[in-house]
Amino acid sequence: MGTASSTTSEPAPPLRKTALNATHRAHKAKMIDFGGWDMPVEYSGLIAEHKAVRTGVGLFDVSHMGDIQFRGPGSLAAVQRLCMNDASKLAVGQAQYSAMLTPDGTFVDDVVVHKLSDNDYLIVINAGTREKDIAWVRKQVGAMPSIHISDYSDYYTQLAIQGPKAEATLAKLTDTNLSAIKNYWFTFGKVCGLYNVMIARTGYTGEDGFEIYIPSDEPTSSRVWNEVLNAGAEFGILPCGLGARNTLRLESAMALYGHEISDTINVFEANLGRYAKLDKGTDFVGRAALAAIEAAGGPKRKLVGLEMVERGIGRDGYPVCTVAGERIGEITSGSPAPFLNKNIALAYVPIQYAAIDELVAVEIRGQLVKAKVVATPFYKRPKKST
Amino acid sequence: MAYPADYRYTKEHEWISADGTTGTVGITDYAQSSLGDIVFVDLPKLGDTLEAGKIFGSVESVKAVSDLFSPASGTVTAVNDALKDAPEQVNADANTTWMLKLTLTSPAELDALLSAAEYEAFVAEETGH
Repeated sequence: MGTASSTTSEPAPPLRKTALNATHRAHKAKMIDFGGWDMPVEYSGLIAEHKAVRTGVGLFDVSHMGDIQFRGPGSLAAVQRLCMNDASKLAVGQAQYSAMLTPDGTFVDDVVVHKLSDNDYLIVINAGTREKDIAWVRKQVGAMPSIHISDYSDYYTQLAIQGPKAEATLAKLTDTNLSAIKNYWFTFGKVCGLYNVMIARTGYTGEDGFEIYIPSDEPTSSRVWNEVLNAGAEFGILPCGLGARNTLRLESAMALYGHEISDTINVFEANLGRYAKLDKGTDFVGRAALAAIEAAGGPKRKLVGLEMVERGIGRDGYPVCTVAGERIGEITSGSPAPFLNKNIALAYVPIQYAAIDELVAVEIRGQLVKAKVVATPFYKRPKKST
Repeated sequence: MAYPADYRYTKEHEWISADGTTGTVGITDYAQSSLGDIVFVDLPKLGDTLEAGKIFGSVESVKAVSDLFSPASGTVTAVNDALKDAPEQVNADANTTWMLKLTLTSPAELDALLSAAEYEAFVAEETGH
């Protein structure tokens, strides 16, 4: 067999660790290097973890993600300049998906912007891009008036509790009325005896769920981690690693930096134009480039969903071809979908191949294996009955 | 011991058990554990010729693809078709879940492979335990 994957031996020294690193190792998690972080890729098994999130509840340590705080009366102006969505539409306690763009209209990072108050915004950024993003932020808006920018990334242990039973699980640990928090809204409340914990109805799985931001010291972090596992035990809660995190977000067709979005891919190619508010009334980095792309007729290639129709798994980086074998694009993320029981992928193809039901081929180790273009997301969670 | 004493092993984590000139091939418990949930096994066809040390197929988990290297040379006489629909059987019991059988052209090739004890030591060294 060629190269076996991860082991549970000690990591090489330079890898960064979250406060829960010892907890993950105590669970006998398989650990990997994710963007320089020593992170759990799976505990009991990727498929079981994925299914737990879709049918019950799963718990993720996502503390490796970053947090940039903007404070002061100039915060909104800075966020509006930096990010493509319209933050002026946010109410206190509301969050929105957005992105920081290069002047070419390509991606520096995708982010979630939270409005804590008129003078206070929290931007959650990706783990692998922490330092790059902070440097970018300071460069782009650091000189704007009446604003203080802080890197709070190491201050928080961030836990994601995701699945149809996420609310029932978290409700046992807080008096906050979770049912009153709408999707992509947040509040502050007492969780596991800790005051002022940010409780956000956000996530990266396509299921209902919450992300909580608690102090990042080890004793607090592991205590809360264990209390969540205890609270969710009756719903079959499982600790979930980055393996399941990836298959869950892929089924929901959510972008991953470095795959579907990067500094060589523009907003329209990535199908994220609905989050770019060119008419919000203030300029933002990348706006002019996006306007020019629109004026020139839009993107020449597009991100599409693929479903393998012949036997085979199209994976990251595999070429996409016409049925005749001419290379036309590439898979950005591809894998078996554990809940859907299909092999799915996201890929960039020229727009003439982007229609639903278009038949293409994926080059899998020298063989052409047929796939078809399908609508995304591949999976949509069932609507609540009440 | 996790590895049956009467099997022989490759450094690529395949096992072979021989009965006269019939060899039975699978992958080891260490291999299935490293891969994680197996979702796809790609095996040769009946009558295919295998060469010791050469790639004869692949096994895929959700997150990875791994080539399969033949422990011995010979002609494929049986393929475990159950693995098409239930590849997870390999995770459940790698030691007894066979992938293919072959008629060995030189059974002496197996002498060059690792014994169970040698394989266990090899795995311990690889994982730093």
